[in-house]
Amino acid sequence: MSNAVAIAGVGMHPWGKWGRSFVEYGVHAARAALKDSGIPWSDVDLVVGGETVRNGYAGYVAGSTFAQALGWNGARIATSYAACATGAQAIDTARARILAGMCEVALVVGADTTPKGFLAPNAGERWDDPDWLRFRLLGMTNPAYFALYARRRMDLYGATAEDNALVKVKNARHGLRNPYARFRKETTVADVLASPVVCDPLHLLDICATSDGAAAVVLTSVEYARRHGIANPVRVEAVSTVTPTFPNTTIDMPLLSTDSTAVAGAPELTFKEAIGQAAYEEAGIGPEDVDVAEVYDLSTALELDWIEDLQLCKRGEAEVLLRSGETTIGGRIPVNPSGGLACFGEAVPAQAIAQVCELAWQLRGDAEGRQVEGAKVGLTANQGLFGHGSSVLLAV
Amino acid sequence: MTATPVIDGWFTTGEEPHLLASRCIGCSNIVFPPVSSEAGGATSYCRNPTCDGEEHETVELSRRGTVWSYTDAQYQPPAPYVPQAEPYQPFALAAVELPEGIVVLGQVADGYGVADLKVGAEVELVVETLNTDDSGDRTIYRWRPVR
Repeated sequence: MSNAVAIAGVGMHPWGKWGRSFVEYGVHAARAALKDSGIPWSDVDLVVGGETVRNGYAGYVAGSTFAQALGWNGARIATSYAACATGAQAIDTARARILAGMCEVALVVGADTTPKGFLAPNAGERWDDPDWLRFRLLGMTNPAYFALYARRRMDLYGATAEDNALVKVKNARHGLRNPYARFRKETTVADVLASPVVCDPLHLLDICATSDGAAAVVLTSVEYARRHGIANPVRVEAVSTVTPTFPNTTIDMPLLSTDSTAVAGAPELTFKEAIGQAAYEEAGIGPEDVDVAEVYDLSTALELDWIEDLQLCKRGEAEVLLRSGETTIGGRIPVNPSGGLACFGEAVPAQAIAQVCELAWQLRGDAEGRQVEGAKVGLTANQGLFGHGSSVLLAV
Repeated sequence: MTATPVIDGWFTTGEEPHLLASRCIGCSNIVFPPVSSEAGGATSYCRNPTCDGEEHETVELSRRGTVWSYTDAQYQPPAPYVPQAEPYQPFALAAVELPEGIVVLGQVADGYGVADLKVGAEVELVVETLNTDDSGDRTIYRWRPVR
């Protein structure tokens, strides 16, 4: 028995720094997704909202806010919070009710408005909060964590700052004609290297911005989609929301240390490897079948880590793939055809849903100006604070 | 002026300082930062999923380890970071793998930068001034490259 649900429609609000309420963005995206699906709002019987994020923690109530803004229709609601993985968890919640036969049409919406500059913790002294302590004791910002991962690649695999910059160049080109992207401008390796170093080895243009934005998907049972006239819908074949397995051996933001491997030994898979593996196992589809991927390039180098974590190439070989153009549209495995976070900036609760929107367009052949020809299987990946895995596998 | 650790119970001071970790009485799993009684009961649950221990003893971690990775902060981090000098002086950071199988993040000692570090290089623990307030110097553990 298949665990697939259908994506009947997708919609987004353009990413930017608009300074308006997240509700406006969310409603815009929701209405766009409903219009795309051709299903009236009155037929939606579940709304799942991706909770807004304030300084790493849950912000405003999302599910009922969107449901009310669209006009109460009596639908069931839920709100998900999983930091950067919020969207995947929201999709998983909707999928579970659909598969259980407890719902036919679910609307999943994520939207946020974000502050400028370094993300910093809430005010006040909290000597028992690692997120507060990492700033107070170490001055450890989010880009500093990304820089640790980037430097490790460089020292272990001989990657260079130019390789990191090439990721930005590729993604900038991918996003040029994406109407939802915030930054649509060709970037050169020289531009990246000329931008100031924030945390060595990462330059300002290696690190993604924070943005306002919203994304929404309409999920239905495959049976409902067919009845509704969508004969061959893009299907959600897997949603991985796994947590780490002890001991977690990578220093994850905002922690100051890893678990110790002394008692249990190092696990077979790292957390990020396990996120993708769970999606593959659930779908019964392997990495060799993936045609296109949207991964979380919080930094340029992190895209290279994800390519390996998702088994799209061997460990330490992502730079080879990049340099040979295989991760560019037209290559063997295009990565971030949307332009990725490099072109969007992160709107946390919307981002994992936006990844799914992009792949839905790709698999439908509707990604104008950035289409991966003949794409049949797409995979998203990201990781949320506090142990939240996120990977969605789509197929058509 | 006196020098006091900026946070209690995380490290010893003196000629040969050590980080202080909590070791589970039940399964010997080690955690750093140490378990804080002020932070409440939940923090004392052993992280090992096969152990339901809640009691820990304090142990010293090895003073020397190898660099897992490193970076620096070329822009002044936001509050609650407290800059020690005006204008702001960038500093380096290192994640260090200790023989106890744990990687611990820390600032790098004064006078050292990313050019002095390499993945796999040996470093040792020192205690230096993080910032100065009304009570005097507030100290923190740091990693110093071993020549």
